[in-house]
Amino acid sequence: MRAKHFAPPRFSPRFVQVWRRNFLVWRKLAIPSMLGNLADPMLYMLGLGYGLGALMPQVEGIPYITFLAAGTVCYSTMNSATFEALYSGFSRMHVQRTWDAIMNAPVNLDDIVLAEVLWAASKSFLSGIAILTIIWVLGLSHAPLTLWIVPLTLLIGLTFGALGLTMTAIAPNYDFFMYYFTLWITPMVLLCGVFFPVTQLPGVLQLVSSVLPLTHAIDLVRPLINGRVPQHVAQHLAVLLAYAVVGFYAALVLTRRRLLK
Amino acid sequence: MLSLTGVRKSYGAQEVVCGVDLELRPGECYGLLGPNGAGKTTTLRLALGLTDPDAGQITLLGEPIPRRAREARLRLGVVPQIDNLDPDFTVAENLLVYGRYFGLRDQTVRARIPHLLEFAGLETRAHSRIQTLSGGMKRRLSLARALVNDPDLLLLDEPSTGLDPQARHLIWDRLKQLVAQGKTILLTTHFMDEAERLCDRVSVMDRGRLISTGTPQELIARNIEPQVIEVYGEGAAHWANEDGERLCQRWERAGETVFCYAGDAEPALGTLEARQDVRFLHRRANLEDVFLKLTGRDLRD
Repeated sequence: MRAKHFAPPRFSPRFVQVWRRNFLVWRKLAIPSMLGNLADPMLYMLGLGYGLGALMPQVEGIPYITFLAAGTVCYSTMNSATFEALYSGFSRMHVQRTWDAIMNAPVNLDDIVLAEVLWAASKSFLSGIAILTIIWVLGLSHAPLTLWIVPLTLLIGLTFGALGLTMTAIAPNYDFFMYYFTLWITPMVLLCGVFFPVTQLPGVLQLVSSVLPLTHAIDLVRPLINGRVPQHVAQHLAVLLAYAVVGFYAALVLTRRRLLK
Repeated sequence: MLSLTGVRKSYGAQEVVCGVDLELRPGECYGLLGPNGAGKTTTLRLALGLTDPDAGQITLLGEPIPRRAREARLRLGVVPQIDNLDPDFTVAENLLVYGRYFGLRDQTVRARIPHLLEFAGLETRAHSRIQTLSGGMKRRLSLARALVNDPDLLLLDEPSTGLDPQARHLIWDRLKQLVAQGKTILLTTHFMDEAERLCDRVSVMDRGRLISTGTPQELIARNIEPQVIEVYGEGAAHWANEDGERLCQRWERAGETVFCYAGDAEPALGTLEARQDVRFLHRRANLEDVFLKLTGRDLRD
């Protein structure tokens, strides 16, 4: 690791063209890609929501499916950015050597990493909107406050896109990403309040939950779905932003170490 | 165009570029020859600003490297050793998207695409997917992609490695056309015939150093005797000890073959013609002989 790898980022406006490249590829496969993004969270939300929801009284004063809908928005938003940054990002960086080709043009690695994080966030944005649309169509929530979820999906996407890219930067192969899912994503899905309130967990696990980024995303989104203004908004935003900024910087340093040696 | 002065680069304890001085003149085709691991690709990466030198100065197209590498690369074209065309795009889309990285407007690139495809012999493949192209077509598309910004200087890393003879000749022909148009070219290769055909000047690189630089003819004249006889057959070793030793200025044995280097080959040829137990080939010395003399015959894997 050299001192230069830690230098502050230097971007050029041409990062937009790298984002456009990814968008153009996505556009060719938009329909299967959207279906793939949607089917999984949709089935969880509807299956568990109606199935389990019929067996239990309201959760935190709302029908279970509405409770689950808020979790599903966050979890599918997290997943979209994560898959994009890990698998697709790794393909572009390592397998197809697309990044190498771009770096021979007047575009720096810093531009590419920035474009990749923004692209991962864009994918989150798309799946967030899709789930939100279903929530509106099914009448699970009509609160005007749900519109605030739209910009939030971008922030959540930036957070998980940046964290995912740190893994991509050190991955020797695709199998490596299993660690990330087993040790980081799955715990978040189960501990951060997607399927049940965090307050159901023992104290120690609640403590763990409180430092995980998905918890803070859900603490913002769930009240909005219920038509209430969330509490501690600044604090939750700050945690998500901090994960995004630290993750982005780490991804930058690690990809520089990998590719600019 | 490109100048390197006293450039050094180490990875851990191993120095892979050990004080390279190189000056590329406008309009020339310059070849960097060397065995695998000689430091050729690292030298190109240093020139591109993709890795920082530990010592020395690099100037590319008037810009200091690595500090202003992004600006220098605006007027540069690169053909990488391993094809990295975008598999998600068609042939024409590859050119269009790549042009955007140079800040070129779509209409500018679209206007250039027919010419680039014609140059690459891919006019009929504009809408083909990359997976359907042969190795030679991919390399030609890589070359066309490197020309999308109409660069002054082209860097090519082993442009014909892995291609069949037809594809290699086509690439050589295109590179000659580019030099005729006034472009400057720096290429790395370990094919000596490629260097002899294409390059105005070559440097032999080994173990991180440029050990000899000049025109191909100068390198041959400076480093090696002009006549070569290759001797095969069961009597080859016997002949070398009996007559070769006396009649060649220098000889060496590689496997079953004896290489005899001489200013005047006639006396040696006379003794060979008298023998029944050898076959032999008399030819002029070429760059490969120089290369093998300078870098040795040992394998470099």
